[in-house]
Amino acid sequence: MIPLSHYLILGAVLFSIGVVGIFLNRKNLVILLMSIELLLLAVNINFVAFSHYLADIAGQVFVFFILTVAAAEISIGLAILIVLFRSRQTINVDQLDSLKG
Amino acid sequence: MTLQSLQTALALPEIFVAAMASAILILGLFINKDRNDIVCFWLSVFTLIATCVLIISDFATQTAFAFNGLFVDDPMGDLLKVAICLLSATIFIYSRQYNQDRNIFSNEYYVLGLFAVCGMMVMASANHLLTLYLGLELMSLCLYSMIAFFRDDKLAVEAAMKYFVLGALASSILLYGMSLLYGLTGALELAVISSVVSNLGKDNLALALAVVFIVVALAFKIGAVPFHMWIPDVYHGAPTSTTAFISAAPKIAAFALIMRLLVGGLEDLHVQWQQMLIILALLSVAVGNIIAIAQDNLKRMLAYSTISHMGFFLFGILSGSAAGYSASLFYILIYATMSCAAFGLILYLSTKDFESDQLNDLKGLSKRSPWTALLFLILMFSMAGVPPTAGFFAKLSVIQALIDANLAWVAVVAVVLAVIGAYYYLRIIKLIYFDAPQTIPEADAPIAVQSDSKIVLAINVIIIIAILPWIGTLITLCNRVIKQFVY
Repeated sequence: MIPLSHYLILGAVLFSIGVVGIFLNRKNLVILLMSIELLLLAVNINFVAFSHYLADIAGQVFVFFILTVAAAEISIGLAILIVLFRSRQTINVDQLDSLKG
Repeated sequence: MTLQSLQTALALPEIFVAAMASAILILGLFINKDRNDIVCFWLSVFTLIATCVLIISDFATQTAFAFNGLFVDDPMGDLLKVAICLLSATIFIYSRQYNQDRNIFSNEYYVLGLFAVCGMMVMASANHLLTLYLGLELMSLCLYSMIAFFRDDKLAVEAAMKYFVLGALASSILLYGMSLLYGLTGALELAVISSVVSNLGKDNLALALAVVFIVVALAFKIGAVPFHMWIPDVYHGAPTSTTAFISAAPKIAAFALIMRLLVGGLEDLHVQWQQMLIILALLSVAVGNIIAIAQDNLKRMLAYSTISHMGFFLFGILSGSAAGYSASLFYILIYATMSCAAFGLILYLSTKDFESDQLNDLKGLSKRSPWTALLFLILMFSMAGVPPTAGFFAKLSVIQALIDANLAWVAVVAVVLAVIGAYYYLRIIKLIYFDAPQTIPEADAPIAVQSDSKIVLAINVIIIIAILPWIGTLITLCNRVIKQFVY
């Protein structure tokens, strides 16, 4: 049986990749959306692992809600992305700099 | 399990808002397009007012649980919900002319607003990590779209994207903290978490890690320094009607989130989150007040002012006593009212081609419109915390709570920084009363706003000073609902 800590380390690594992806990526907004998705999936791994080892089903129910909300969230993100591309003809993160001060 | 055991009736206000929002969305498709918007607009305002009546007519005196502990109905939740609905209705009324002028006056805009209100109400009544998260997301998703609603405007879309990315990051951090909390306590219900946490003890390192994640996420959501980057951009870029909406009711929902999670669930770890909140709050007050001085855009300046006010609001929470929480509740209620009025005034002064969001646009306002100038004067004095306005009493109660918690040095720093902050509020008064009017033709255009908006705006501002005789009653009410929650 795989110990709990392996799952937690996997979750933590995925979460870190997601955070690094958000802060280091300066090129493409789509990669940013992918990083956000990765963050939520890392959380899901944590919840499912804990739920299994605690023998408590509530954590898995929580995961279903996170999956659903993540789908809604990413669709709004993509919608904003399309509006942004229409108004600027670019999805480069570096060029999102008209708001300053 | 029967339907009765779910106690669905306790969630009647939320159900009403969600049902009305769906009905208005469908109704908008069927009524003839040129009248559709105004009908849907008034229906949305009616929904919010009716929800207030619903809540007040059945104001909780006891704590009662619904949906098997997912949902709680207590006096604090009810008070917050009344404030959320009233403020949102007020801002809907302010935003009518502005949205009509910019072609974003459609039923979807107000439906999104109603769903956001529903999310905030769910947060105010959440008793479970799942309900907290769902309420938070329902609110945030609606706010992202409300900003991007002004889709021809480059700044608005950029603001929406920035808010979306940082909001999603904050939600993920919150969820990560929640998952650790779940793993350590084996529970998702806040009351159970609270009792398990008190058994685990204060020195549990893993628990401290979970608290760090949760505090960081909360700081992101309320915009405390160093997690404040999105606030100025969003306030500046979003259409003013949406900025007004974001600046008032969601702050009250954030109070609910902090109270339910940190106080309701993790109060035994108070020593740990107090340290973090002291740093966040002091940095917020310092950075907010100092950077605000350098701004020449009114919306951006108010964004930095929000950051500093959020710092003050955290002072009450971190003092960790019932009196402190109650001071914070009082502060956030007064602040949300002031913020609502401030953006109401900007909306009031803006016309079809003129945003009126530069500080210079206010020059000589006292000659153009003495009444608006007077409203600005009262509001800025209150935001700076000059007696006898409500803003003074709000700051006073928070500082009092800090001193009672033996944090006098924090109180001293806070007061010094508040004095620095008074500079930029008073500068606005100087621009309005002592500077020559500008010669921009748009700025000289007569103010043309519907009378309902004018009346509501006047009441909104005057209440800040006219509440004075009843300020004791309001403080007592805050104390009472917090006592019910803490014990």
